[in-house]
Amino acid sequence: MSLLSVKDLTVTLATGSGDAQAVRNLSFDVGHGEILGIAGESGSGKTMTALSLLGLLPYKGRASGSINFNGREILASTKREYRDLRGKEIAMIFQDPMTSLHPMLTIEVQLTEHLLHHRKVSKEAARKVALDLLATVKIPDPAAALTAHPTQFSGGMRQRIAIASALACEPKLLIADEPTTALDVTVQAGILKLLHQLRNDRKLSVMVITHDLGVLSSLTDRILIMYAGSEVESGPTSEILKNARHPYTKGLIAALPGKVKSASKNLTSIEGMPPELGNFPRGCAFHPRCIHAVDSCKNDLPGSLQISASHRIFCPVNPFLSSKEGDK
Amino acid sequence: MEPVLGKQGLKKRLLSGTGFTPFIVRRLLTSILLVIGVTFISFTITQLVPGDPVAANLGQSAYSDPAIVAAFEKEFGLDQPVPVQYIKYLGNLLQGDFGVSLSSKRPVIEDLREYFPATLEIAAVAVFLSFFVGLFLGIVSAITRDKLPDQIIRVFSLTGVSMPAFWTALTAFYIFFFVLGWAPGTGRLEPGGEPPANVTGLFTIDALIAGDFDTFKQAFSYLLLPAMVLAIYAIGVLTRFTRASILEILGNDYVRAARAKGLPEYLVIRRHVLRPALLSIITVAGVAFASLLAGSVLVENVFSWPGLGQYAYRAAIGLDLPGIMGVSMVVATVYIFMNLLVDILYRVIDPQMKDSK
Repeated sequence: MSLLSVKDLTVTLATGSGDAQAVRNLSFDVGHGEILGIAGESGSGKTMTALSLLGLLPYKGRASGSINFNGREILASTKREYRDLRGKEIAMIFQDPMTSLHPMLTIEVQLTEHLLHHRKVSKEAARKVALDLLATVKIPDPAAALTAHPTQFSGGMRQRIAIASALACEPKLLIADEPTTALDVTVQAGILKLLHQLRNDRKLSVMVITHDLGVLSSLTDRILIMYAGSEVESGPTSEILKNARHPYTKGLIAALPGKVKSASKNLTSIEGMPPELGNFPRGCAFHPRCIHAVDSCKNDLPGSLQISASHRIFCPVNPFLSSKEGDK
Repeated sequence: MEPVLGKQGLKKRLLSGTGFTPFIVRRLLTSILLVIGVTFISFTITQLVPGDPVAANLGQSAYSDPAIVAAFEKEFGLDQPVPVQYIKYLGNLLQGDFGVSLSSKRPVIEDLREYFPATLEIAAVAVFLSFFVGLFLGIVSAITRDKLPDQIIRVFSLTGVSMPAFWTALTAFYIFFFVLGWAPGTGRLEPGGEPPANVTGLFTIDALIAGDFDTFKQAFSYLLLPAMVLAIYAIGVLTRFTRASILEILGNDYVRAARAKGLPEYLVIRRHVLRPALLSIITVAGVAFASLLAGSVLVENVFSWPGLGQYAYRAAIGLDLPGIMGVSMVVATVYIFMNLLVDILYRVIDPQMKDSK
């Protein structure tokens, strides 16, 4: 049984022009100690998926479907049940450690406040946990760091502190929303290595959300690609990278800078723009940008097709093309 | 903006250090400069306004007699050139001499001593009321956003900022005095009431010092309604600003992060939202409180409250330049003091904040 099992998750947000579905019928699992990567462009619903797990959707947002966590249905939780879940069972780190740590509170308060609340430990015990955590995430001089404020640290260090804070109550699942996007490239690798190590040392399940396939390729066990609020393809990382079947995934992989074979060849890109929230195309949302689209794509929602036991795509056309034909 | 003083270590440290004491010293120095600037501006403006103080203060027959006019001008120094008048005024000010009021014929400083405590008394109660009520309503409004409590509070706060003070004063007086009979009436005490021995000039405090609880109760009941009317505007401003400020902070990542930790909502609001919100709230509060003094002119006239507002009104009508200057100085000093207080509170709320010089 997976740690997290999401079925038919649909997230509806209130926009200026009425309700809009940001996530549509999304289903996925995260196993114990597994790292799942969710990838997609901005506005594809990745972050809303994560926030709905914690019941933290933005103002007037709502979710339907089913979210089973550790054998328990949590989507219909009360506020109180959600609070007991957050930080304690499911922790989250955010994109920009410059803004996700409170600028006016000391590191000690930010590392221990949820520990004090959830586990009812003494202040001294909480401080000891905080010191251990800072050492775990490789902050030099943890004792001095406790009394410091976030502004005294660099972006990479702040993200390490945010990770330490997320681990304080020993959660089973860590959601990392674009954990490296706001950081310099040179410190990104360190954060990814840290996440990987935490999974190995603590049997932590991790859900990484990013628009950067490069990040996912080095970190994740499985990848789920989202487009316009829906899954388009999912499978083991190596298989997705080597044998992507959905035209969108292929486009993303072709657009990776590492794929440029010579200086003369320009970076490839997917034509067009991702659709805006509330304005998703009918049928397969990707069809206006898809070179393989046929008439049925415009009207029918694509069903799922298993490529292998763990690899599936949502595209009615492409499985009949070989992977070579799809590359252009 | 800082004057360069000697090279002594202490002076240097006080003027350029980043600690709390140097910060206060620097702010006090700039405050003094500001007060001097205020004297210059208000003096200039009183000279520029059309109107002849001699004509305003002498009767028609006296005004037609050049000898009386000359004597009046000589007595109040009006025959001197304006810059000389200003320098003399500044010199006298340094000795605590605000000049002699043209209308009351008493030293302005004595007038201020008599009238300012009355205003201070209702203003202090109004400040206290509006800060806590405004903050409370603003918080409730923000956390019940778009729900019923928020809707009700928004209507009230909008009404509070939109209604002119003289109208609220009259309406409140009519309802609570004539119709309901809850308020005792006008003035600071009941007619013929004996004020307590003068220590601070604040009747409530003085009554407590004298141990006279009946007078305290009476003085308090008389000041409550004018203070509440005076507070309405500031409550409206603070409620609206607190709500907006909290809603803005609520949208920050660090609030989402705090909620993602599973903290109870009161802790999220108190620790993660209110502290940063307070920084901007006290800025507005400082200005709103200082502007209570301006509101007091109208409120005091409606309630026959013998305070600075009434004095300012009479001084303005009578073109009583020393009186007007005296009131301006008090109001300006209150503004500057409020700003100083706000700056100090900034550093108390966020000790990380270093004075940017």
